Amino acid sequence: MLTFILRRILVMIPQLLLLSVIIFLLAKAMPGDALTGAFQGNPEANAEHMEELREKLGFNDPWYEQYGRWVTNFVQGDMGMSYVHKQKVTSLLGNRLSNTVLLSLTTMITIYLIAIPLGIIAGRWNNSWADKAIVTYNYFSIATPVFIFALIMLFIFGFYFSWFPTGRSVDITIQNGTWDYFVSKANHLVLPTLSGAIIGTAGTIQYLRNDIIDTKLKDFVKTARAKGVPEGRVYTRHILRNSLLPIAAFMGYEITLLISGSVFIESIFSYPGLGQLFIQSIQTRDFTVVSALVMISGAAVIIGTMLSDIILSIVDPRIRID
Amino acid sequence: MSLLKVNDLKVHFPIRGGFFQRVVDHVRAADGVSFEIQPGETYGLVGESGCGKTTTGRAVIGLNKVTSGEILFEGKDLAKLRGKEKRLHTRDIQMIFQDPYSSLNVRKRVLDIVAEPLRNFERLSPDEEKKRVQALIERVGLNPESIYRYPHQFSGGQRQRIGIARALTLNPKLIVADEPVSALDVSVQAQVLNFMQDIQKEFNLSYLFISHDLGVIQHLCDRIGIMYRGRLVEEGLADEIYSNPKHLYTKRLISAIPEMDPALRLEKTHLRQAIDDEYRTGYDNYFDKDGRIFDLKKISDTHSVALP
Amino acid sequence: MGNTVLEIENLRTSFSIKGKYYAAVDDVSLKIHENEVLAIVGESGCGKSALALSIIGLHDARVTKLEGQVNFKGQNLLNLSRARLNKIRGKDMGMIFQDPMTALNPLSTIGSQITEPMKYHLKLSQADMKKRTLELLRRVGIKNENRVYSQYPHELSGGMRQRVVIAVALACDPILLIADEPTTALDVTIQAQIMDLMKELQAQMKSGIVLITHDLGVVAEMADRVAVMYAGQIVELAGVNEMFKNPLHPYTRSLLSSIPSNMPDKGRLHVIQGIVPSLQNLDREGCRFAPRIPWIPQEDHEKDPVLHEVEPGHFVRCTCYKNFHLQTEESGVEKHVFTKS
Repeated sequence: MLTFILRRILVMIPQLLLLSVIIFLLAKAMPGDALTGAFQGNPEANAEHMEELREKLGFNDPWYEQYGRWVTNFVQGDMGMSYVHKQKVTSLLGNRLSNTVLLSLTTMITIYLIAIPLGIIAGRWNNSWADKAIVTYNYFSIATPVFIFALIMLFIFGFYFSWFPTGRSVDITIQNGTWDYFVSKANHLVLPTLSGAIIGTAGTIQYLRNDIIDTKLKDFVKTARAKGVPEGRVYTRHILRNSLLPIAAFMGYEITLLISGSVFIESIFSYPGLGQLFIQSIQTRDFTVVSALVMISGAAVIIGTMLSDIILSIVDPRIRID
Repeated sequence: MSLLKVNDLKVHFPIRGGFFQRVVDHVRAADGVSFEIQPGETYGLVGESGCGKTTTGRAVIGLNKVTSGEILFEGKDLAKLRGKEKRLHTRDIQMIFQDPYSSLNVRKRVLDIVAEPLRNFERLSPDEEKKRVQALIERVGLNPESIYRYPHQFSGGQRQRIGIARALTLNPKLIVADEPVSALDVSVQAQVLNFMQDIQKEFNLSYLFISHDLGVIQHLCDRIGIMYRGRLVEEGLADEIYSNPKHLYTKRLISAIPEMDPALRLEKTHLRQAIDDEYRTGYDNYFDKDGRIFDLKKISDTHSVALP
Repeated sequence: MGNTVLEIENLRTSFSIKGKYYAAVDDVSLKIHENEVLAIVGESGCGKSALALSIIGLHDARVTKLEGQVNFKGQNLLNLSRARLNKIRGKDMGMIFQDPMTALNPLSTIGSQITEPMKYHLKLSQADMKKRTLELLRRVGIKNENRVYSQYPHELSGGMRQRVVIAVALACDPILLIADEPTTALDVTIQAQIMDLMKELQAQMKSGIVLITHDLGVVAEMADRVAVMYAGQIVELAGVNEMFKNPLHPYTRSLLSSIPSNMPDKGRLHVIQGIVPSLQNLDREGCRFAPRIPWIPQEDHEKDPVLHEVEPGHFVRCTCYKNFHLQTEESGVEKHVFTKS
């Protein structure tokens, strides 16, 4: 197991390096730079002064020198300065990262809470009316774009009924650490979580449903029935254990997908997370922030797949990693 | 000159392990296999799963990379042929696969399946091509009109005959048949086996017939090689092998054939027990100190056994 | 012959295809006695597997209709609720499946899979169940039973797994075993080992065994009585020696002549004309084998073929066997094939 993790991390290094080169070059290739963004619409900006600044900040050096500087600093934990926010990228990310991870976790848990029971019902009683209803829900959720669904949720439950707050991650007037603060935080999470979860279940439901239908016909299920195992137990002990495996294994991957895919939800609910920051930074050409964000999500995906492999090796005795 | 001469064939697959996934060992799927097939002959390669018989067959047809050894077809080493000569020889060796249900592309019509090898090698007008395919389809006992149908519209035996028609399109000299009747019912199997014998005479074909079914092998083959753990343990005429097996493993295999006379079943059980006992006590006489099988030694003109 | 363990009366198993029911097992009656191996032999599509699954209630209830009686321990199994049936399955009736690679749950240890039926049927302590399981493993010829107990199926070879499948079926000392092609998926030498093991176990137990197979060699080695099935019906039923020495029904004779090991020289094998009709296309009037022996005149067949007892214990369906002769493909000359070299 340890060898496996070490080897995966070793393999990760060149992957991340390659990713960083691509990101850096893409960021450079974007029209404009941090100064164009920072001085946009500033009447006092004059071309000569900006050129001077560019020279001073090293923007005119060859790309590999700039890249070398950036990577060296990055490895040392210094992700550079945000030219727009005028603060270190690391401190800018800090709070937002925890917000996004929190939102992703609650979304993932909600997805499983909805998808697993529905997938089991659809798979066990396939072609029943319940199955047909669930499959219809699946089509609906696949077909609905997340930004439209989120807007509708925001409008109905945020503005029309005013049941839930429509922005931010917590009421800033409340003292951090108190019970009220916790409640406020949870309250702010409800709408973004539900918006992401309700239409994010299709993959899990469909996978679980199909796997149960396949597993039902397997020989070892016949063996279990021939042993006189009661039908309920046939499902819990034999069918579901096998069908839930791939879902469990996919978990590591799913969470990273959610972390890197929260752009729409966070923007719509003005939820201060990484996704929202990402959009802002692109708009303002704040490329140190953009690069840092892409690097983080790239690393998250690689770690996520590794996590999935590890989970699978724990739950499935047939898979051994060494 | 023999049609096919396999000389000390080795096919090893690497096992990787350790921190850097380096090759730590090899699976010796075929480990020094030698045999010859004469024109018009049927050579049976028998053994249980994992003995290397399929690997050997696939190596002959070029589907497996050969680690070492030679495969001489009409005196020429297949591995060393290039370009046009290689193409000519790949035409001459064709393969029939085990599962008639999965070896035919379900989305292709019979016409396209059977004509595919033809299209790779010859430029024919659609009309000529259709005539050739229809003639072949008729030869394998199917209605020539059926060339526009799809594989699922045929029964298992019919599909296997389509597979044979495909193998025959290029007029090969050698057909490697890997368990061609194992997936079929007995009566359908009889049909395919009869048919394989017919076309053998008609086209002067040689067969490398790979199977685990000793009954089928005995019925069809002139000479037999028994494979075990990647090596031949015994080789000889079919009669010699069945009536006078010399190697312990061959004896074991032959005694495992179900007895078709119910009155003799008890004797058969005792025979198996006796061979099992010999296996336990006499193991060292048949395998060297590393558990490896000895090289084949001739005990008559036609019969060889792997004994020290 | 011992007491009757299982009595099947006029069993008809029909499958629903596009809204209509077609019988795959068509009016089958059979008795299985204690201490007896009854082989049911036939080619794919003859209804032998459907028969086995109907006995133990493993058919897909949504598309299957069962009629007739399956009498076991004084009750008709076809009338039992699933809960009642579960009290019998795994306890008095065990099943051995074809493919040991798929018949065991890949995520459970061998020990827990053999112990499972005991949990539902026997009142034993954990320790006793483990003891019994280890003993079962030894009985099916597994020597390092303590190790195997905590292993997973993928860690065992095919032959070992089939032994485990047998141990599962034997866990609660059943009086009836249903073995559906128990050796078909195995290598030749392993097949021989499993056949010998089953014969040995059968000699120790008193249970009856229903052996479903397509392999006449396995029948010859294991069966006491043989029922040959064609198109959902039993066409011939006889003791095993009688069946191999004096086969009567045209289908039985054709089948025996198409086996390569009955024809070791390079003679031509017998080929049965035509193909097995599908369930929907099967003509259920008259002799079902008639279309495949067209050279036999119509008047030789019975209008409504029934099983005739031609010798004590030897039954043949239809009268067409009386003047039957085999016909080779081209020559049309009769060929004698039952001599062994």
